[in-house]
Amino acid sequence: MSDTAETGWIKPALRSRNLMLGLILTLVFVGAALLSYLWTPFDVTKMNIPDKLQTPTGEHWFGTDHFGRDIFSMIMVGARTSIAVALVAVTIGMVLGVPLGLWAAARSGSLMDEIIMRGNDLVFAFPALLIAILITAIFGPSALNAIIAIGIFNIPVFARLTRGAALSLWTRDYVMSARVSGKGAVRISTEHILPNILNLLIVQGTIQFSLGILAEAGLSYVGLGAQPPIPSWGRMLADSQTMISFAPHLALFPGFAILFTVLGLNLMGDGLRDLFDPRLRRARG
Amino acid sequence: MNLLTIRDLTLSIHGTEILRDVDLSVDAGQIVGIIGESGSGKSMTAFSIMQLLPRGSVTTGSITLNGIELLNADEDTMCGLRGNDIGMVFQEPMTALNPVKTIGSQVAETILIHGSGSRAEAKARARDVLNRVGLPEAQFPLSRYPHELSGGQRQRVVIAMAIALRPKLLIADEPTTALDVTTQAQILDLLRRLVREDDMGLIMITHDLAVVSDMADEIVIMKDGVVVETGAAKTLFREMNHPYTRALFEASSHVPDRDGAGDGTQLLRVQGVSRDYRMPRKTVFGAVPVFRAVDNVSFTVERGESLGLVGESGCGKSTLTRAILGLEEVQEGAIEIEGEPVFSDHHVNLNVRRKMQVVFQDPYGSFNPRWKVRRLVGEPFHLLEKAPEDPRSRVDEALVSVGLEASDADKYIHEFSGGQRQRIAIARALILRPELIILDEAVSALDVSIRAQILDLLADLSDRLGLTYLFISHDLSVVRSITDRVLVMRAGKIVEQGATEDVFENPQHAYTKTLIAAAPRLPDAISA
Repeated sequence: MSDTAETGWIKPALRSRNLMLGLILTLVFVGAALLSYLWTPFDVTKMNIPDKLQTPTGEHWFGTDHFGRDIFSMIMVGARTSIAVALVAVTIGMVLGVPLGLWAAARSGSLMDEIIMRGNDLVFAFPALLIAILITAIFGPSALNAIIAIGIFNIPVFARLTRGAALSLWTRDYVMSARVSGKGAVRISTEHILPNILNLLIVQGTIQFSLGILAEAGLSYVGLGAQPPIPSWGRMLADSQTMISFAPHLALFPGFAILFTVLGLNLMGDGLRDLFDPRLRRARG
Repeated sequence: MNLLTIRDLTLSIHGTEILRDVDLSVDAGQIVGIIGESGSGKSMTAFSIMQLLPRGSVTTGSITLNGIELLNADEDTMCGLRGNDIGMVFQEPMTALNPVKTIGSQVAETILIHGSGSRAEAKARARDVLNRVGLPEAQFPLSRYPHELSGGQRQRVVIAMAIALRPKLLIADEPTTALDVTTQAQILDLLRRLVREDDMGLIMITHDLAVVSDMADEIVIMKDGVVVETGAAKTLFREMNHPYTRALFEASSHVPDRDGAGDGTQLLRVQGVSRDYRMPRKTVFGAVPVFRAVDNVSFTVERGESLGLVGESGCGKSTLTRAILGLEEVQEGAIEIEGEPVFSDHHVNLNVRRKMQVVFQDPYGSFNPRWKVRRLVGEPFHLLEKAPEDPRSRVDEALVSVGLEASDADKYIHEFSGGQRQRIAIARALILRPELIILDEAVSALDVSIRAQILDLLADLSDRLGLTYLFISHDLSVVRSITDRVLVMRAGKIVEQGATEDVFENPQHAYTKTLIAAAPRLPDAISA
């Protein structure tokens, strides 16, 4: 999108405090996740009972857990799990939801529109976490099932957003003019509608991403997400529960990791929304 | 003493100068028209009086209302004055009212905010005010919602809210621009009556010389934030001291030079066309009611001719346009171009579609903002079976023919002004060298001077390329200036048709007469 109408969006982006803070927080966690593939201070699968339940030291920056594993390393690898699950789930939501929304908008008022949107309502009607629990209960707990469960709940979010935004674009004169040029619904949706709602989708994407991380943590917390020995923030919290009175750092560090990632993504979404807002864009132009 | 006096008003927003040394005054019972094109600062002058300026505004000079200085008044003082002493009417009646509150409670609310007294008294006063603006209790009880009213009726409610507390000064910013001509005439009458009855000062802001010329006592002409000419309405147009005033006047009544007239061969034939829309069912098992938007319409257009289609909003013009363009199929009747039907077997006939193109009203909404001009102008190539060999030179050629440059093809649409965009829209319409161009309110959103240029361009193109126009508009003066024949449409039917001059000089149908009588007219020009 860098070569489109909003030339010169880098400067306002640098000026936006929310966006920059969010971006930095997000990059820190993404960086930690990527780094964990190459290097972690300690091996997260190796137990070291003599060193168990240490408070933060020079060697173990965030301390160790009840098996003597290094918490800092676990947070790094846990970031990997959280980000992978949320990213794939958002991608599922977008890849299926956006075309459905575009389709519903293009055939607005038709039976197809009705079927797609009522299907959405059906999915929306169930609490997301409950269905996620149901899916993992049937197919067994694993990171993959968590991804599918969270992904399904992203579909209606994107479908509904896309349809609403696309409907208002379908009344524009330039869409009319494309129809006069003999273009069909698919071409118009991909050439005219999609590029003009991309901003919205990116903003919603970051917000869904943070919700995905929360959902993954929630599922892992109840033991339905990634399975041991793969570290996961949610399960680290769950494991620390019984020891919270004498080893609070066990809960503190994964808790902060979740908090700051979600905060970072939400701030980034907020900042992007401000940046993409056409009213602000006009003020700048 | 003057009611409102503005002295040396200078306004800058974020360092950009918007207004410079604006002087004007309004007396009680006087109507002052502020005329200017977009960007002239006319609305900003109004916002300065209301002290509703955007952030970053710096004003100097003085604005006094009955001797009270408004320019440095604090927000509390201004809140007391707004609504109470100064009322304001905006252009768009659709957005000026809250859709979820009844008209009665909205009018009563403005009374309650400033007034004393109980809710019941406010309701009673709201009733009186609505009666005054021509919304009698029998048809318009206080419990009506805005969506149950027409545009003109909504504008009456907005006016009722503005005058509810009998302000000394009323500011109307383009109050009739969004309305049909007959409604416009009624609203202007209403404003005139209210000014007389309440001895109120009225500032009427408009881009339309004709609206203001037979209504205002005093006229102020603005350009680029500066008042270029002020004078009594009676004498100003006679003298026209400033060249800009003269240019504006000439542009408003501009008649482009064109040879015109069809060559006798039939290009477009519309025969007995009707188009129904299904309405929501009233009861669960009841029949689906239908609304007939276009009702048995027949006409023909000759090659090379310019045909006008005039009608007010909701008369079926747009539905008819979509039907001719082949965007929607009609229930009855036939539409043919050079004898070939637009629709055959429920499919659009591409061969026919290639022969026509369209230019829309809104120069800002007509283009995908993410595309470059080359791609925008070349979009109709999609209609061809195979892409042209030289698309680049075809686009360049089209741009040059509408008075732009070939190098403009590599720019984005936001780099162009409204008038230039409309030229690009015309270039897009020309790219396939069509026979027929449908101009759907194509000049209605443009400033008068730009409008005159675009009309000249259209006239020139039709002479050079032998184009046929179907010119759809609610603006009678424009239709009169560029068409050979005209159709008058009302409630889905064509009520009158004939040569443009005949219809305008000697209208036969009662509706045509009303339309022509309602259209605001410029005072006869004293040749410069």
